[in-house]
Amino acid sequence: METLGFLATGFSVALAPMNLALVLIGCFVGTLIGSLPGIGPINGVAILLPLAYAMGFPPESALILLAGVYYGAEYGGRISSILLNVPGDAGAIMTTLDGYPLAQKGEGGRALALSAVASFAGSMGALTLIVLFAPLLSDLALKFGPSEFVWLMTFAFTCLATMVGSRPLKTTIGVVIGLLLATVGVDSGTGILRYTMDIPNFFDGVDFLVVVIGMFAISEVLVLLENWLRNDMKLTPVGRSFVSMSDLLAVKWVVLRSTLVGFVIGVLPGTGASIGSAVAYGTEKRFAEGNDDQFGKGDIRGLAAPEAANNASAAGSMLPMLTLGIPGSGTTAILLGALLMFNITPGPLLFEQQPEIAWGLIASMFVGNIALLVMNLPLIGMFVRLLSIKQSYLVPVIVMLTFIGIYSIHGDSFDLYFMVVLGVFAFILRKLGFSLAPVILGLVLGAVLEQNLRRALSISGGDWGILFNGPITITLAIATLLAMVGPVIMKALKKR
Amino acid sequence: MNTIKKSLLAISVIGLTSTAFAYETSKPTCIAPAKPGGGFDLTCRVVSTGFERAQLLDKPMAVKFMPGGVGAVAYNHINKVNPDDGDSLVAFSSGSLLNLAQGKFGKGLDENDARWVGTAGVDYGAIIVSSDAPWQTLEDLVKDMRKDPTAFVLGAGGGVGSQDWMKAAILMKASGIDPKKMRYVAYEGGGEAIAALMGGHIKVYPGDIGEMKGQLDAGKVRVLAVMSPERLEGEFASIPTAHEQGFNAEWTIMRGYYLGPKVSDDAYEYWSNKFAEAYKTDGFKQTVAEKGLMPFYMHGEVLDEYVKERVQDMRELAKAAGLIK
Repeated sequence: METLGFLATGFSVALAPMNLALVLIGCFVGTLIGSLPGIGPINGVAILLPLAYAMGFPPESALILLAGVYYGAEYGGRISSILLNVPGDAGAIMTTLDGYPLAQKGEGGRALALSAVASFAGSMGALTLIVLFAPLLSDLALKFGPSEFVWLMTFAFTCLATMVGSRPLKTTIGVVIGLLLATVGVDSGTGILRYTMDIPNFFDGVDFLVVVIGMFAISEVLVLLENWLRNDMKLTPVGRSFVSMSDLLAVKWVVLRSTLVGFVIGVLPGTGASIGSAVAYGTEKRFAEGNDDQFGKGDIRGLAAPEAANNASAAGSMLPMLTLGIPGSGTTAILLGALLMFNITPGPLLFEQQPEIAWGLIASMFVGNIALLVMNLPLIGMFVRLLSIKQSYLVPVIVMLTFIGIYSIHGDSFDLYFMVVLGVFAFILRKLGFSLAPVILGLVLGAVLEQNLRRALSISGGDWGILFNGPITITLAIATLLAMVGPVIMKALKKR
Repeated sequence: MNTIKKSLLAISVIGLTSTAFAYETSKPTCIAPAKPGGGFDLTCRVVSTGFERAQLLDKPMAVKFMPGGVGAVAYNHINKVNPDDGDSLVAFSSGSLLNLAQGKFGKGLDENDARWVGTAGVDYGAIIVSSDAPWQTLEDLVKDMRKDPTAFVLGAGGGVGSQDWMKAAILMKASGIDPKKMRYVAYEGGGEAIAALMGGHIKVYPGDIGEMKGQLDAGKVRVLAVMSPERLEGEFASIPTAHEQGFNAEWTIMRGYYLGPKVSDDAYEYWSNKFAEAYKTDGFKQTVAEKGLMPFYMHGEVLDEYVKERVQDMRELAKAAGLIK
């Protein structure tokens, strides 16, 4: 009951005219930023942060605006994933797997509509969980130590091993390429620079966004160029755009599970929407085992899962930021910095001392998500019409935007060259029949896996027993084992 | 021949000085060599907000970001592309200096490839444990650690060779324990390390005192010692220094700004004087305090010398710790 009182306070903050206007602006800008490849929520928030500061907004209003950009971008990221096979932001990589095939079949409108609803459900579900279980969950997040992360990542890898089931070898090679990319940069365990070739831009490792944009956007352009040379250009048919009840019913459990998965991963410190959506996709693929022929070819389950999860992750990552002062993802790390700039110290006392900020933000996210759904559904028709633009006009514009976006992050032309090199490399991979998603996942998951495995082993002094040190690790280990052998046993049983 | 060249150079320098007298910046910029929201961003905000409040510039100072390698990317960029850009201050911290000392700022670049011009302020290292830890003083902790240095895991936001690691190594050395024996775990940033401390995954966190305010108020952590030369004032006055407790463990996190190596003496003097003026105003002092820094004001040649000395000291430290040969 107490919580409801706080929530009411929150809504009184969120519905104040200026804050209401800001949440709408934030969501709109966020959708836009998310839909532009190369500019993700991190950049969006970073671009608006100095502006919010300069405008002299009170801290809760600034936070409402910036958070709106963050979760708005998780909505917007799906658009170019589905329509162009270029993820709009890192959380939308998995969305390309089934979203783009749907669009190619002329069902782009259906995919956009369904994914908007999945995004909405993911966000709302995660917000409800925040309201109900905030203190409990922040304690759970703290219990997640290095060995728990090791298992979580192993579980994710196991689920994804069959991601592109028809080509297990190529998927594995793709993951290994990603893992190799993840080793570049200073090794924090020893302080030694690995594979940096004395180029300072590599000292922190390869930039995730540069890799994603290079591999997806640039290689997509090369594919297009090739088609153009072969005179093989075709216009994608544009289907109707609506949300059908039967689609929604077909994915209701998928969305529910993915919301949970995405939310939990979002709450954990250091993991965000890209990992959340990957694990959700992998889990759903496992659940659909035996009935999964359509995954990767335009299955609505494979579309709804990552979209529900990445939005749930974005909402979930706010929780440790507010309750513990610890960022749950890269973007919340910037939001945290923003709070400090406003002389607000997020942490355990925020909810007690400045409830208007914490609860105002939570309430504004409820408002923002409703606004996003209302904003997004009518826009689908407009976005889908993008496909009726000749690709030879559309794609160069996209490329230009990605160049501007990437340059705006670091202000260094090195990233642009690196992006092009990666794009050519990715084009060759595609020509050889490799899928790009495993590469990206190897990069994201591999870095987290390596760091945590080494942390765990340096804590234990080299004793592998630390990997089975508590109920959470053992549960995750069993889940990993089940994901690995479960399908094999199921198949054997079916045969009898 | 040589003397002729030298005298020609001298003449041209004099010529330059007289023509370019009274340097004035046309587009003041502060480059934060990291992503927005971090310590370098904060350093830039100190000078942009502080100078604005002190009414030292006609135009507002812009903040640009150039992330990579704790400042390595910006250092290389300035050296290769804009070595004579008198408009751009670049933020640095003692973390950048430590990397510079270890040769991690790129091939052939050292502390002589920049003109160190002014400081923003300082923060100090602190030895932090969870509030339910058994130790009340640094002495308690060290006593336990001497018994078995491998039993207590230290962890912080930087890798081996970073300043967080250095704080841990200095503490070990001051307690007579071989730093190579300590168990140190590297996290991505202070936030993750604090989470690990609260979750009990690490036992000791050598962090910064400034960032601990919120957690201290909430009673989640205990600061056993602050690694400053003297007791701090204000809200941290009750925390004893490591020195007081008999351990020679000090770590000052300095934040400041440099200019490119080929920036004219006029431009260098211009900024140096601006810092000297700013340090006298309440507007700047207030900004420093608001950003969680403690006063430490130094500018111009004095700072340039001080920084070079410190890098040299760090080089010795890094050698002693086996980080470089």
